Amino acid sequence: MKNHTVFFKSGIYIEDTATIVGPKEAEGPLGRYFDKSVCDDLLGQKSHEKAEIRLHISAIRYLLNKTGHKDGDVDLCISGDLLDEIVGASLTMREFDIPFMGVYNACATFAESLILAASLIDGGNFERIICSTSSHFCTAERQYRYPLELGNQRTPLSQWTATGVGATMLNRVKGKIRIDCATIGRVVDYGVKDANDMGACMAPAARETLLAHLEGSSRDVDYYDLILTGDLGEAGSGLLRLLMEEKGVKLGEKYRDCGVLLFNKAAQDVGQGGSGAACSSSVFNSYVYKKMMCGELKRVLLIPTGALCSKTSTLQGESVPGIAHAVSFTLA
Amino acid sequence: MNEPNEAYLKLIKEKMPKSKHLLTMFRAFWTGGTICCIGQAFTDLYTYLFSEMGENDVAALTTITLIAITAVLTGFGIYDKIGAYAGAGSIVPITGFANSVVSPAVEHKREGVVFGLCANMFSVAGPVIVFGISSSVIVGFIVIIFRGAFGG
Repeated sequence: MKNHTVFFKSGIYIEDTATIVGPKEAEGPLGRYFDKSVCDDLLGQKSHEKAEIRLHISAIRYLLNKTGHKDGDVDLCISGDLLDEIVGASLTMREFDIPFMGVYNACATFAESLILAASLIDGGNFERIICSTSSHFCTAERQYRYPLELGNQRTPLSQWTATGVGATMLNRVKGKIRIDCATIGRVVDYGVKDANDMGACMAPAARETLLAHLEGSSRDVDYYDLILTGDLGEAGSGLLRLLMEEKGVKLGEKYRDCGVLLFNKAAQDVGQGGSGAACSSSVFNSYVYKKMMCGELKRVLLIPTGALCSKTSTLQGESVPGIAHAVSFTLA
Repeated sequence: MNEPNEAYLKLIKEKMPKSKHLLTMFRAFWTGGTICCIGQAFTDLYTYLFSEMGENDVAALTTITLIAITAVLTGFGIYDKIGAYAGAGSIVPITGFANSVVSPAVEHKREGVVFGLCANMFSVAGPVIVFGISSSVIVGFIVIIFRGAFGG
């Protein structure tokens, strides 16, 4: 099989990032790293969908203000979320005078938008691109599971969709953090049918992408200071460790999972940890970005993972395949 | 390339955490029992208050009371917390049914009364109603046939 690791020849740098999260995420262990948080996840809106859109607008607006740019300075926005027809990102973008491309790869959407943006800038026709993803616990529950007020029990394998937005501004002007290469994953299906067991659905995809990345870039695990999967959860990341060991690669202390980092599993009743399109984007754009900026982390591999299913596909007996893309960041 | 990987499915069956059945059963048992006791208390209270009422009427009144309480608790976002703890204990009694009708109604109110609230009200409880009605029709036929045959 052909290896889909791409090296970006021109420099692609992170200009700045912005994160806004919900109350539960702000109470979590990474609370102090986020730019902003809201104390009411409805934000005074009539619906949670509207609240998610509001959050997304605020994050992009904040990123523009922070960097001192106007709408016209940005060439493109590549965004996505988990709602039907990615309507959250689409309605967000009607507030901006910026060209827009919508993307969807479930919870791996953030990686997809980063890779697309980096490739477009590398191609030479784009200067500055914003990549953003949002998710909201209340809209995702409704999208993929049951009504919020329904008194049902969550399985021990279930995960908690992160409420928040993470946005990254990429450009070609030299900055501190550079995206040097990326590996595009394929859809991997090992036949897991339990849509609640997302860790098990996505772990094989994460393994395949990670192995492909290590092979394609001729690096080993020790090259990176941090290897970060998107939302495998606690059990799922344990599973990935096992799967990697099967292939003779030992993921040591350097391996972490955004979903596990985002919440305090014991105290916050989140099942196996966080998930959602905003899980990897909010953790990367806050915690990881700041750690890289102060030089604590020099090389980071981000592997957002997505479980590709819908309510309909699950009901029709389809198994849940996973997808994962890897993006490598280095201090320039 | 993407066939079910039996070895992997076996691995996750072994490695992934499972429900703690004894604990969940114990919680379901005591909360379900408590809800039934509350129902019985209402029955006793109504029998005492409205002594002229028949047994059926008292049962209906008790059911209505429990449904009303659940609807309010669901509306205030309390019943889902009870459900998260109790599991089957709060799903099996009539209160669980009331919750399954009210919760989608609350959720879909934002899409309008007709296509949101009314259209989705039975999205969770629908199967229960369909099976309930169909089975009562079948049982009804059986009763008629056997009454006719044996003159009961």
